[in-house]
Amino acid sequence: MMDASVISFYVISAFLLTFGLMAVTAKKIFRSAIWLLFSLVGIASLYFWMDLQFLAAVQIIVYIGGIVVLIIFSIFLTQDSGSALPRAIKSRKIGAALLSVFGFGIIATLLARTAFVETTTPMDVEMKTIGFKMLSLGGDGYALPFELVSILLLAAMIGCIVIAVKNIPGKP
Amino acid sequence: MLTTLTELTIVGILILTLFAVLGLVLVFMERKVSAYMQIRLGPNRVGYKGIAQTLADTIKLVVKEGLTPNGADKFLFNLAPFIVMFGAMLLMAPIPFARNSQIWDLNIGVLYITAVSSISVIGILMAGWSSNNKYSLLGAMRSGAQIVSYELSAGLAIISIVVLTGSLKISEIIASQETGWWIFRGHIPVLISFVIFIIAVTAETNRAPFDMAEAESELTAGFHTEYSGMRFALFFLAEYVNIFIVCAIGATLFLGGWMPFHIGNWAGFNHLMDFIPSSIWFFGKTFFLIFVIMWFRWTFPRLRIDQLLNLEWKYLLPIGMFNLLLMTIIAIMGWYF
Repeated sequence: MMDASVISFYVISAFLLTFGLMAVTAKKIFRSAIWLLFSLVGIASLYFWMDLQFLAAVQIIVYIGGIVVLIIFSIFLTQDSGSALPRAIKSRKIGAALLSVFGFGIIATLLARTAFVETTTPMDVEMKTIGFKMLSLGGDGYALPFELVSILLLAAMIGCIVIAVKNIPGKP
Repeated sequence: MLTTLTELTIVGILILTLFAVLGLVLVFMERKVSAYMQIRLGPNRVGYKGIAQTLADTIKLVVKEGLTPNGADKFLFNLAPFIVMFGAMLLMAPIPFARNSQIWDLNIGVLYITAVSSISVIGILMAGWSSNNKYSLLGAMRSGAQIVSYELSAGLAIISIVVLTGSLKISEIIASQETGWWIFRGHIPVLISFVIFIIAVTAETNRAPFDMAEAESELTAGFHTEYSGMRFALFFLAEYVNIFIVCAIGATLFLGGWMPFHIGNWAGFNHLMDFIPSSIWFFGKTFFLIFVIMWFRWTFPRLRIDQLLNLEWKYLLPIGMFNLLLMTIIAIMGWYF
């Protein structure tokens, strides 16, 4: 028996996979970015489907509002975005195909080997719980990873500033 | 399942109707407010005092030909206005129009709003690129830079209210204003965030004085230069609906949404205020904020792009961050009313 939730899962997955495929096969680089965007929207809707609202919102903020906009800007600034990309040469195609089969194989074996246990307890997705977990120092807290990520981001920010800073005239 | 479908259909139809009515009312309001600011009459021929003017405009836009430029990326060109509209429609979900009338009271409420409002920038960038026009591309890039940077300030202003209420849920934020709206109870820091919020959302909706994305005198019409007919109308409609949405969010966070004007524990006064229906409170506050944003347009001259980015990164963002810190201290010490 197919109920609405199962049907919507397949619809979302089909949407996600179709646009993912289109993103890698598109001839124009800008179109490719837009298809990537749609496939990321598909992931966000899968999170919504699973009732993980916080994760879905973060997916939209980070990927759609941040990364895709950044990708589009870099396309605008660097590429001749209007014309079609040149066809890939044969040796690269073969290499890419081999790599994809390899990657698919790894993921497929991982999925087959993992025993997924069905949980019966409903997940606590209350924002407060997430917030406290993120900053708690206890056994199941995430304070250390949280701080590590902030240091990483700080380093990235300093790197950007160093690259972007204007050279003062007269100094090398 | 059938009831769910029926409910979904009814809500969908209501939202579409609200969109159409909002478009008509807000465009008319914009023209009348502009006229009032410039001491002229404004539209006054179609219908009583020009009240059917926007209806006539809509009919004109519907019957116009929708042109597609020759070198354009046809599919994306046609898709872009719908992406912008789609973003505006998604934002309608968590807005409380009156007591107990909210489509979806999500757990993450205001975070959802911040997230979804970033979708419209994609539509604008798409429109600018696919038009194959330099003005459009320049307009889109300006708009992108502007929206991405002002999102931060708006987000910080929203977070400062979340710090006070301790919840992201819209219904809880409104319930916390039962004894007075945050703008009065939270005094100085809330006032600062309110000002930052209004400035940031004016920039995010590409309104004057931050309308560099369209800048008629420099870029013809910015990202929608090549659009005509109904597709142009969609951009236009989305712009006005977005103004409504950001003002509704501002009213909800700072002015209590549908919550009537209450003062502490003055039971008699509060009870008297409750006689005014909650929908009137909500729409009254929202339209007041819309009026303020329209007022800006005729008060401030347009900024240059570098001035605009300086304003955000050198003034609003540091002030916003400092204000958030201040707010946290005040919330922890309980120094609000």
